[in-house]
Amino acid sequence: MNAHAARRVVIVDDHAMFRTGVRAEIASAVDVVGEAADVDEAVGVINAARPDVVLLDVHLPGGGGVEVMRRVSQRVPETRFLALSVSDAAEDVIGTIRGGARGYVTKSITGPELVAAIDRVADGDAVFSPRLAGFVLDAFAGTIEVAQVDEDLDRLTEREREVMRLIARGYAYKEVAAELFISIKTVETHVSSVLRKLQLSSRHELTRWASDRRLL
Amino acid sequence: MLGGVAAGLADHLGVDVMLVRVAFVLTALLGGFGAAMYAGLWMILPSDARFQSDTPGLEAATRLGKRPSRASRLEDGGWLVALGAVALGVVVLAQSLVGSGFVFWPVLLGAVGLAVLWRQADEAQRERWADTTGRIDPVRAVLGRGGPASYARLAAGVLLLGGALVLFAVQTGQAGVARDVVFAGVLGVVGLALTVGPWLFRLAADLTEERAARVRSQERADVAAHLHDSVLQTLALIQKHAEDGRTVARLARAQERDLRAWLYADSAATDTSLAGALRSAAAEVEDGHGVAVEVVTVGDVALAEETRPVVLAAREAMVNAAKHSGADKVDVYVEAATDRVEVFVRDRGGGFDPEVVPQDRLGVRRSIIDRMQRHGGAATVRSTPGEGTEVRLSMPLPRSTEENR
Repeated sequence: MNAHAARRVVIVDDHAMFRTGVRAEIASAVDVVGEAADVDEAVGVINAARPDVVLLDVHLPGGGGVEVMRRVSQRVPETRFLALSVSDAAEDVIGTIRGGARGYVTKSITGPELVAAIDRVADGDAVFSPRLAGFVLDAFAGTIEVAQVDEDLDRLTEREREVMRLIARGYAYKEVAAELFISIKTVETHVSSVLRKLQLSSRHELTRWASDRRLL
Repeated sequence: MLGGVAAGLADHLGVDVMLVRVAFVLTALLGGFGAAMYAGLWMILPSDARFQSDTPGLEAATRLGKRPSRASRLEDGGWLVALGAVALGVVVLAQSLVGSGFVFWPVLLGAVGLAVLWRQADEAQRERWADTTGRIDPVRAVLGRGGPASYARLAAGVLLLGGALVLFAVQTGQAGVARDVVFAGVLGVVGLALTVGPWLFRLAADLTEERAARVRSQERADVAAHLHDSVLQTLALIQKHAEDGRTVARLARAQERDLRAWLYADSAATDTSLAGALRSAAAEVEDGHGVAVEVVTVGDVALAEETRPVVLAAREAMVNAAKHSGADKVDVYVEAATDRVEVFVRDRGGGFDPEVVPQDRLGVRRSIIDRMQRHGGAATVRSTPGEGTEVRLSMPLPRSTEENR
C-alpha cells in the first residue's frame, strides 16, 4: 500500500482540537498539507494546495461540507472528498454522498482505519461504513424482485445488495471478498457502482425516502 | 397606513401596495364593500411582527436592544389615499346601509370613533412587543405607554362613539323614551363589543405567542440542565478514572450515545419497535461490559409476540460476544422486512469451534438457538478460531404484522 508517494491531505473541520488529533494520528502515513475551519477557508486552502484527499466535516460554518464540494469541484476535479462526521443522521450522510463525497466515516474511526480509508478514496474507490451501507439498503429497499430493467441507476443488482448487506454486518472489504468468493477489486467495483447510483439516481423511492428525512 | 391592512395584504399577495389601495378605494366607492372588508381585515389580521422570525442570535440581540429597530416609513404618502378611501367608503357604506337621513350621521360618527379606537389598539400592541418586562398589564394593554397621543386617541374614539349615540337619541327624541333606552342599550353593547373585540382578540393572540416564547426558553433551560447533568458528570468521572483506560472509554462511549440520541434523535421508540428495542439492548450491553456495540438497522417493524424472542436472543448474542470474544467492538445488523426479520451479531474476537462447546455452556444453545426454534425462527452460529464469531438470527413474520416504517 505504501508504494506510492504519501497522500496529500487537507483536513477541514471547525474544531481545532479535532484537527490536531486527526493530524497527530495520520501524520506518519500521509502528508497533511493544509487545514481549514470554515467553508471560505477550506475553498481557499483546497484551491491552493490541490490535495489528493480532503477530510471534510459535514457540519461546517458557512454552509456545510456540501458547500465546499460545490465550490471547488470545478477547479480541482482530481481532489477526492472523504466525509468525516460525528452526525449519523441519514440526511447528512446521504446528502454528503450526493454532494460528491466518495465515502463517509464517523469521527470515532481509528487512525489506521482512517489512513486505509484515505488510500482507498485516493485510488478512486468508495468507502462505506456499516451505517452508510445500512442507509443505502434502506433507500433502495424493495427493488430486487423487480425483473424488468427500467433504469439501471435506480436499483441495486443482486450482487451489489449482497455486498452492501455484508458491509452493513461489519465485514471489511477483504472479508466480503472471501465470503462471496470474489476478489477485493470486484468488491471495490461493486461499492463504487453503488456510490455512483446513490449520487446519480433520481429513483422515485430514493427521493421519497430522502424527503421523509427532510433531505431534498 | 390607517391600519396597515393594504400594505399587509400587498405583502402577502406580492403585489404593489398602491394597487391594493386602489382596489380598496374602488370597492369602497362601489357600495362600500371595500370599507367593510378593510375594517374586517383590520380587526382579524395579526400585526406583522408575528411574521418576522430571525435567527435566534439576531432575535436575542434585538430583544437586548443591540440592533437598531426598523425605521418607520412615514414618507409613504399612500396613507392619505387610504384614509380618504376609507372615509369615503364609510360614508357610502353607511348611506347604502341605512339610507340617507336621520341615522346616517350618527353611524358615520360611530364608525370614525371605532376606527380611532382600533388604531389605538394597534399602537398599544406595538408597544407591547418593545416591552421587555414580559408581563401583561391590563392598563398598558389598552393604553400602551400612555402619552398624550394615546389618551387623545382613546378620548376621541369614545367621544365620537358617544356623540353618535347622543345624536341618534336626539334625532329620534320624539319617539318613545323607552324605545330610546332599548336602542341605546343595544347600541352600547354593540359598541362595546366592537370596541373591545379587537383588543381581546389581539390579547389572546399575544398571550399565545408569549406562552410559546416561554416554552422555548424552558427548552433552552432543559438543554443547559441536560448538559450539566450528563456531560459534566461524565467529565468528572473521566477525570477520576483517568488512569483506567477501559473505564474512560466506556464512560465516553455511554455519554456519546446519550448525546447522539438526544441531538440526532433516532426516534425509534424502545418499547414499541424492534430497532428501538435492539438499540436499547445494545446500549445495556455496552454499559455492562465496556464493549462498543454498533447497531445498523434497515427497516423496522412493530415489537410484537413474534419479534420479542429475536430481541432477547440478539441480546444474549451481544452479551456473549462482549464477554467471551475479547473483541472491543460488536457489529449488529438488523434487517426487518414485512415477512421476515434478520439479525446478525458479529465480533472479530477469539472465536471458538462450535463443535466443541461444552454441554454445560448453556448460553448459546439454550438462550439463542433453542429460543429461536421454539418461536418458529432459526439461529446459526458461525465461528472460526482467531477470526471471530457471527450469530445469525432469522424469524419469519406472519403477513398480518403491521409494517412500521
